[in-house]
Amino acid sequence: MTADINRKKAEIQTLDLAAVLRGRVQDVYGPGTEIDGLVRLSGGASRETWSFDALLPDGKRKPLILKRDPLNEIRDGNTDGQPGGANVLLGVDRWTEGRLMQLAGEVGVPVPEVPFFLDADDRTSAGFVMQRLDGEALGRRILREDAYAQARPKLAFQCGEAAARFHDIPIDRLPELPSLTATEALDYHQDVIDAFKQPHAGFEYGIHWLRERLELAGDRLTLVHGDFRNGNLLVDGAGLRGVLDWELGQLGNPISDLGWICIRAWRYGYYDKPVGGFGEVADLLDGYEAAGGGRVPLERLRFWEAFGCLRWGVVCMIMAFTHIDGRERSLEKVSIGRRAVEGEYDLLQLVD
Amino acid sequence: MPTDRPTAAELVEAVREFLTDHVAPNVEGQLAFHTRVAVNALAIVERTMAQGGAMDDAELARLRELLGQDGDLGEMNGALARAIRSGAMDNDRAAVLEHLRLTAEDKIALANPRYLTPRG
Amino acid sequence: MDAVQNPDLTAGEQLAAVLRDRMAVEYGPGTKVEDLVRLSGGASRETWSFDAVPPSGARQPLILKRDPMDRQADKQFEGVPEGRLAVDRWTEGRLFQLAGGAGTPVPEVPFFLARDERTTEGFFTQRLEGETLGRRILREDTYAGARPKLAFQIGHAAARFHGIDLDLLPPMRGLPAAEELLHYRSIMDSFHQPHAGFEYGFRWLQERLEQAGDRYTLNHGDFRNGNILVNPDGLRGVLDWESAHLGNPNSDLGWMCVRSWRYGYHDKVVGGFGDVSEMLDGYEAGGGGRLDPAEIYFWQVFGTLRWGILCMILGFTHIDGEQRSIEYAAIGRRAAETEYDLLQLLN
Repeated sequence: MTADINRKKAEIQTLDLAAVLRGRVQDVYGPGTEIDGLVRLSGGASRETWSFDALLPDGKRKPLILKRDPLNEIRDGNTDGQPGGANVLLGVDRWTEGRLMQLAGEVGVPVPEVPFFLDADDRTSAGFVMQRLDGEALGRRILREDAYAQARPKLAFQCGEAAARFHDIPIDRLPELPSLTATEALDYHQDVIDAFKQPHAGFEYGIHWLRERLELAGDRLTLVHGDFRNGNLLVDGAGLRGVLDWELGQLGNPISDLGWICIRAWRYGYYDKPVGGFGEVADLLDGYEAAGGGRVPLERLRFWEAFGCLRWGVVCMIMAFTHIDGRERSLEKVSIGRRAVEGEYDLLQLVD
Repeated sequence: MPTDRPTAAELVEAVREFLTDHVAPNVEGQLAFHTRVAVNALAIVERTMAQGGAMDDAELARLRELLGQDGDLGEMNGALARAIRSGAMDNDRAAVLEHLRLTAEDKIALANPRYLTPRG
Repeated sequence: MDAVQNPDLTAGEQLAAVLRDRMAVEYGPGTKVEDLVRLSGGASRETWSFDAVPPSGARQPLILKRDPMDRQADKQFEGVPEGRLAVDRWTEGRLFQLAGGAGTPVPEVPFFLARDERTTEGFFTQRLEGETLGRRILREDTYAGARPKLAFQIGHAAARFHGIDLDLLPPMRGLPAAEELLHYRSIMDSFHQPHAGFEYGFRWLQERLEQAGDRYTLNHGDFRNGNILVNPDGLRGVLDWESAHLGNPNSDLGWMCVRSWRYGYHDKVVGGFGDVSEMLDGYEAGGGGRLDPAEIYFWQVFGTLRWGILCMILGFTHIDGEQRSIEYAAIGRRAAETEYDLLQLLN
């Protein structure tokens, strides 16, 4: 019964969205443009993604993706993987996310084009539309499948290049973003851990170690992607095709992006390749330097990799406590909770 | 814990076998994925029941040595965390780090033993 | 001669052929077999329901209970110590007939099925209307009128079959009280799992062996709510005679009082539907004489202990790997319920 009602509801939502999108593609591509093949991709609670084609009057087809806020739920920081108790860091809104992709594209970062936005009204939540590119985004497949064998050796360098370019976007051109210096980011993670009321000697040691070495962090404050890792990269046979998922974009220390892409969680078992399971640190830093980001000292990268391990561990704990506190009972979340020790273990290998 | 058999560990094993042998082959999609997640979670519980006691004893012994005090595992870990934060352990760094690494290794051995061996 | 399942046929198809041949003999040529369906999924016995439809004459609703065609399942059952007590299908069917002859309500057993190359041994019973699920008997309005009568009728029925002349019975295993205790004692020991609660129970029983009574008769062996057929008028049949043996008749009455068959209706000691005094009244009315409640109490304690050990048997069937089963593993832990019940009963 409920299943029937939910199916009906989903059908109506799809019809409503089709009408909204038809209106927008006619604004953008001209009267007579139709939409075709509208289908929902992700069932994620935090964002909806939909795939569709715009059919232009001249017969051309534009393959597109819509990413919008969830229609039914009140937007909630928790679903972004942020804890309830501590000083919550929200992801950016859809307009900002789409805008960041446009800005990144303008400075030469490979990203899908963002041709238009959806404003929230009585029929839809806010969202943006991007090109649907061919390629693979699943980290495990990128590392394993023969189709990407030629791409893999190039990826670390290309990721370095891409990061250097978006780190270089002048701050006054950016939309309003949350901002976190290295010190603030450390404080934030400490607050989150404290909110669990579960003392954690391993992470405490890591935080203490990082605090003692704050001067290693560097003091640039730039646009950072915030979740720059294997899993948010679109790869095709030729190499890096797009940097995706800008919803954690913020102002911060640029090397935090480089440290994050090096943590073991994104290597999917290919541990001998520190950068995303596909490449070497030297390639990443060469690419970064080649695209004008300067030469990053290894000590600084190590600082941010250690920080990344801490952050991954804390993200796992946030997931677990989302379940434990009963905000969202989920077998998947509670299981991820035990992966916190992976971050802790790696952190303790990196520090001295 | 009572000694009645099947023990808790044997019951968890039975549930895991039930999921692996009878549920997993008959479900697909999200449910199949969540069945694998459940099987993994039970495997953690089984490993904890088998090895957790000895690990706790060893951790507690190390904590006593480090902190020069006694208490249960929760209290002692809280004390160590506070001491690290305040800098009180800065002069015992090597010993603290060694303890933390051993503890993390034990925890990995329970949570995801494959983490320590590369796949490829 | 072992029965073999023809791989080109389903179990039902092979059995249908056997039944057609057999029903033609019993009810005349041209008798059809309709609505053949397997009832129990139990590994140890197969039960099948069907109708025999003679060309002229009344439709016969029947049940067949036979040994499992799957030899492996049979072997597993025999691996359970309790299983070694069980009688064969021939004896079981014969006991239905003898009990019916003595005035115990049972479904009629019109004929038997001999073992050949196509089927294992079995017997047929009338398929009667009524309910056998203990929980439903206790809960459903349909049986509200029946429930107050059941304890008396149970006592009466038991007195009737306990009174069957030993000379009339087929050969069966005999277990006097002391030996029965020893039997469960040795099962317990075979687990190599010391159990202080059950040990206390054994000790208690050992000290009071003289309370067991000294009669020696046919025992049903699994006389409980769950093995009786009830209709709105009351007791319609006593079923499942496969655990029958010779022994102390009070054992059946004590077993009927074990809390596990009360399905939550704990204040009704007899099967969740009645009182001991009603059962004893029925027993007396059935010609069994006036029994001493202390003897029943002894056997209730014994029954509780026995059920605990049966739970452990199933638990260890899983643990030892004889048959891995989440159901058996879970039942294993129900031994704690009987341990609790046992310790409540002891003084």
